[in-house]
Amino acid sequence: MSLDRSDVERIAHLARLAIHEPEIPEYTESLNSILSLIDQMQATPTDGIEPLAHPLDAVQRLRSDVVTEANQRDSLQACAPAVEDGLFLVPKVIE
Amino acid sequence: MEWEVVIGLEIHVQLATQTKIFSGASTAFGAEPNTQACAVDLALPGTLPVFNENALRMAIMFGLAIDAEIGKRSVFERKNYFYPDLPKGYQTTQLAEPIVGTGHVDIQLEDGSSRRVRIHHAHLEEDAGKSLHEDFHGMSGIDLNRAGTPLVEIVSEPDMRSAKEAAAYARKIHAIVTTLGICDGNMAEGSMRCDCNVSIRPKGQEALGTRTELKNINSFRFIERAIETEVARQIDLIEDGGRVVQETRLYDPDRNETRSMRSKEEANDYRYFPCPDLLPVIIDDAYIETIREQLPELPDARRQRFIDQYSLSDYDAGVLASERAQADYFEEVVTLTGDAKLSANWITGELARFLNQADLSISASPVSAQQLAGLIQRIQDDTITGKIGKNVFELLWNEGGTADSIIEAKGLKQVNDSGAIEAAIDQVIAQCTPQVDQYIAAEPDKRGKMLGFFMGQVMKLTQGKANPGQVQGLLKQKLDQLC
Repeated sequence: MSLDRSDVERIAHLARLAIHEPEIPEYTESLNSILSLIDQMQATPTDGIEPLAHPLDAVQRLRSDVVTEANQRDSLQACAPAVEDGLFLVPKVIE
Repeated sequence: MEWEVVIGLEIHVQLATQTKIFSGASTAFGAEPNTQACAVDLALPGTLPVFNENALRMAIMFGLAIDAEIGKRSVFERKNYFYPDLPKGYQTTQLAEPIVGTGHVDIQLEDGSSRRVRIHHAHLEEDAGKSLHEDFHGMSGIDLNRAGTPLVEIVSEPDMRSAKEAAAYARKIHAIVTTLGICDGNMAEGSMRCDCNVSIRPKGQEALGTRTELKNINSFRFIERAIETEVARQIDLIEDGGRVVQETRLYDPDRNETRSMRSKEEANDYRYFPCPDLLPVIIDDAYIETIREQLPELPDARRQRFIDQYSLSDYDAGVLASERAQADYFEEVVTLTGDAKLSANWITGELARFLNQADLSISASPVSAQQLAGLIQRIQDDTITGKIGKNVFELLWNEGGTADSIIEAKGLKQVNDSGAIEAAIDQVIAQCTPQVDQYIAAEPDKRGKMLGFFMGQVMKLTQGKANPGQVQGLLKQKLDQLC
């Protein structure tokens, strides 16, 4: 499998990454070399092996359903670029 | 051509936990914006999720209630999308290994038959925050109080064949989650939200048609209307030579139409992968069995018991058992009155009407089960008529107190004194000569119907207090003597 220019543009769009036109060939090349490594890995026989959800052989700890977080809106909003009426303000996004 | 409608539903149920699925922030509804959004919910660097056991228990309760296989190992995944109402840039959800596997629910149809709807799976995930698009100087306002609220998303198979069946299925899910107490069921506040996948195919055809997805419908009535509207649109489209495009559509209740939101071409590629911040959730049989032992009586079982134990109709039993608080209320009333049918009538009639008008749930009813039972008992022992009972009910609703105190204070006692009733009847007969003449002139088999007029006059004269049974008997006797 190999990627072409339009794949790279699409991936960049999905990840909301701004990439510059002249950089596209370089990204295409380096992504393709990663894919060739993945091709090698996919050639490994994995029949009968369970997919790995997490590299640690451990189990999720559970938390009791008790409120532990008090309202810290003022300090949490201190680093926000824009707030009003307690809301975070962001560039308008309507689908 | 005859078309068959195929519907599958995805229902999002907000779990009634105290805290978020991955943080210790409160989930209480209606707080000031962002006062219940902690560092984890805001996705500040360095924060890590810790899974809320109560969300797990509630999801398992639901799985057991729909007779599903419970995933002894379940895995959280990241569903990537960029939207400011979920600042992590992904929603933590489940995909390949959900907590609840295949199950089913049975829905009752209007003709009395029932249909089984298969559930593909149900998984745990987190809710997003809310974007407010009122004008904040050309910007959007973000409230993250809801971000991280635990959800169970229940995905059905495409087993429903009409808008009515889809609504019946949604009602059944609502009945189950409210009976389990894992969701408050408040659809207006978004505690239960519904996406409908709708397609049509020529009757008899096996292959499914292209479906559209109707988003975020927040009432049972809108489920029906949105599907009906969308089916009509698809039929028109195909019969005019067009084809249905796979897309997400938004239902607009004000204009009763669906309109395109985004097509498959623009659909997001979510690039799911296992969440490295959360380990697989492993549970054993003992854990599941402990939860099973604590399950309350489920709506189907309770409905059947109401039919068997109280001889209620299918319909009354279904309505009463559809919500746990209502079923509890009914059983409390019936224990005191001993008359199931009369108690059911008052609860599904007068009480339901007042609750609807005031937009209240039965648990917030100003008239308690004991108060209503006290009223019904006075009707049973002929202290008041059923008609006066409605007045007493209204007073109980508005002013509180007991039926006895209201009957006493307002002098509403039923008149059972045949002398007084006869006097009222004589007065009516004397005042309504033309109607009496018509009665005498009528064929005997037509007279029964005409009696209603005189009944009404006597009841009016006695301000509704005369014992209706006595009035009817005496009235017929007196009128027939004139013939």
